[in-house]
Amino acid sequence: MATIRTEPVTINLGPQHPSTHGVFRLRVTFDGEEIVDLEPVFGYLHRGTEKLAESRNYVQIVTLTDRMDYVASMSNNLAYVRTVEKLSDIKVPERAQYIRVISVELQRIASHLMATGFLLNDLGALATPLVYCFRERERILDLFEMLCGARITLSYMRPGGVFQDTPEEFWDSLNILISDFPNYLDELESLITTNEIVLARTIGVGLLSDAQAIDSGVTGPILRASSVKWDLRKANPYEIYDRVNFDIPIGSSGDTYDRYYVRLQEMRESIKIISQCIEQIEPGPVRTETPFFIRPPIGETYSSVEGPKGELGFYMVSDGGISPYRCKVRAPSFINLTPLRDMITGWKMGDLIIILGSIDIVLGEVDR
Amino acid sequence: MTPTPALFISFKSLQENFVTLIELIGFGESFGWLATLLAGISISFLIINVMVMATAFYTWFERRMIARFQVRRGPNRNGPFGMLQPFADVLKLIMKEDTIPDEADKPVFTLAPIALLAPTLMIMIVIPFGTFVNEEAYLSNLNIGILFIVGVTSVNSIAIFMAGWGSRNKYAILGSMRGAAMLISYEIPMALGITSVLILSGSLAMTEIVRSQSVWFILVMPMGFFVFMAAATAEMSRTPFDQIEAESELGSGYNTEYSGIKFAVLFLAEFMAPIVTAAVVTTLFLGGSHGFDFLPGGIWFALKMFIVIFGLLWLRSTWPRLRIDQIMGFAWKTLFGLGLFNIFLVAVEFTLADQFGEVVRTKGPEGGITATSLTTEYMLIMAAVNWIITIAVILIMANVVGRKKYTRPEPTPSPLANMGLGEN
Repeated sequence: MATIRTEPVTINLGPQHPSTHGVFRLRVTFDGEEIVDLEPVFGYLHRGTEKLAESRNYVQIVTLTDRMDYVASMSNNLAYVRTVEKLSDIKVPERAQYIRVISVELQRIASHLMATGFLLNDLGALATPLVYCFRERERILDLFEMLCGARITLSYMRPGGVFQDTPEEFWDSLNILISDFPNYLDELESLITTNEIVLARTIGVGLLSDAQAIDSGVTGPILRASSVKWDLRKANPYEIYDRVNFDIPIGSSGDTYDRYYVRLQEMRESIKIISQCIEQIEPGPVRTETPFFIRPPIGETYSSVEGPKGELGFYMVSDGGISPYRCKVRAPSFINLTPLRDMITGWKMGDLIIILGSIDIVLGEVDR
Repeated sequence: MTPTPALFISFKSLQENFVTLIELIGFGESFGWLATLLAGISISFLIINVMVMATAFYTWFERRMIARFQVRRGPNRNGPFGMLQPFADVLKLIMKEDTIPDEADKPVFTLAPIALLAPTLMIMIVIPFGTFVNEEAYLSNLNIGILFIVGVTSVNSIAIFMAGWGSRNKYAILGSMRGAAMLISYEIPMALGITSVLILSGSLAMTEIVRSQSVWFILVMPMGFFVFMAAATAEMSRTPFDQIEAESELGSGYNTEYSGIKFAVLFLAEFMAPIVTAAVVTTLFLGGSHGFDFLPGGIWFALKMFIVIFGLLWLRSTWPRLRIDQIMGFAWKTLFGLGLFNIFLVAVEFTLADQFGEVVRTKGPEGGITATSLTTEYMLIMAAVNWIITIAVILIMANVVGRKKYTRPEPTPSPLANMGLGEN
């Protein structure tokens, strides 16, 4: 019997595609439904953030960092201002550190909500879980609006502290949020975690072994989902993370389900951190006096924080002027794409989308 | 056989009326074809308009309902409660440029929307939907009604393949290839679900199927209902089986290249499918237009359809999508087996009923048996037995076959990197 001749088909997934989370492009070669090869192409959202930073002063660059990972600009702010503080040896008041941790953890929750919601959207759930995630994210954005008047591009932090102290009503709203939030997470879990279809689609899909994850430099929830217990908040405690108790949730095998579930548990841990911060925080100044133009001494430094998507680091070189000589960003979204090809090859079209969704990239950060 | 009820409207009565009219005007017997043609045109006009309006209303309802599921408001600007939104949408689509890709297979590309819409409309012909005055009104009482439905719906897969092939677009091709594979697979469990109905009714005519349901078939054979509903959901390609479109994967699937009025027609066919499916399910399993006396049959029929549609909508707004191989596995490994098991069960019960003399056979005008029905008491016993068996089968499948592979091991930190974090 003569067999039908088949040939692999190459498809351009993106840059305009509903599930590439922006303008990401994948050249995928299919054999039927199965993926045999894959080549990520990026740079469609490249805005030259690092180059722009060389012509701005140190406070102005804060606004540039907002636009990198635009669903977690608070974390970007923190990573940046910490590098400047390390470079020019600025001390931060204690209250400012608490406020920073609270806002960064809120941002982590908001970012993980987006990741979870869009993962479910990629699974084909017609936006219902996504809208539920966005409903809660909206409340966090309201809190940010109280803090600094902005909702997405926050620019809340400054070298030496935060831009302004919290308003009175912020703490009431925050208390309501953290008391509600575990219930909300339970609701979300009852919709997703035990859903037969979600289990069938995600378990065992897109496996990333611990060795593979470490080799490819992956960080954040994806690394922890591969059962590697690595979190900068514990490994290298910055701000006041050494004064709060929290666990590092890890996954058991490193599949898509683990990546989803680690994020869900991290949200619960973030709530724990925030409630401890609320107990510990005391009145005081929120910003150290810094000169209008910060002129760090000549030198270079690298500093990183545990952002929602992984290790977010800034490497900065100062020539003693008002702008950095070089500002390099270690963007977790970009580096987490390293094992993409190994994870996806051999799976099917539908799996490609959810594996990419479970990595949780933001193109603003991938391309910078 | 019970005398044919006086019909509110049917092809036959219309044709007779036209024949009388033509004779009145003064044309002779030789113009019989004209009466047939006029009757056909009238019926087509009626079906197309009613169904299109119903679909328009349904799209509005679906969007409003899904919005409620998603804590949104949904369309609420045009007309009362946004009810004019579908008309605005259609107006927009009609005014848009109707593009055909350069390399498209133009005749195939153009015919595909029609090929998709026509069968969906044709199904409504044989549905005994009932009206206010007559519980069993139908447009045409084909004696092979359900076979007609099965045959006509299988044109869908050709239409979808035409749309994908004609577009010359890789996404469209992928969508329609999935569609062809999936629709053909799911036709088998659907036919198995229907077969179990036919065992009890003993007739292919839709009116006879309704008449034999002194107890609704959903109660008598829940497993058959489940198999049929699952297959029907896949046939109209809705979540969790919406592989043909798979928005998050394929962009828009087979209708990627369509725009303007062609897209509107595809869209219409796609949203008409739930209505038609609900009508078929109501006829086969929910006792058609039977109900209690305080409401006319037509209202009962609409009410049951509404419940089915709402259930489908609920699924659509809650569940994620299965992967293509899981969908095919579900059809061949689960539904196929369940369908066969259900047929076996119903057949055994029917044979037993025959032994006990509980089968009522309806004789046709020529002496042949045109339909069978079971006595109500026996149907109730059957219902009890079948519900127990169905629940047992579902529990076994869920706990023994299903859940086992989803148990997760306790996470243990990897030894490769726990830098000073061992104690946490």
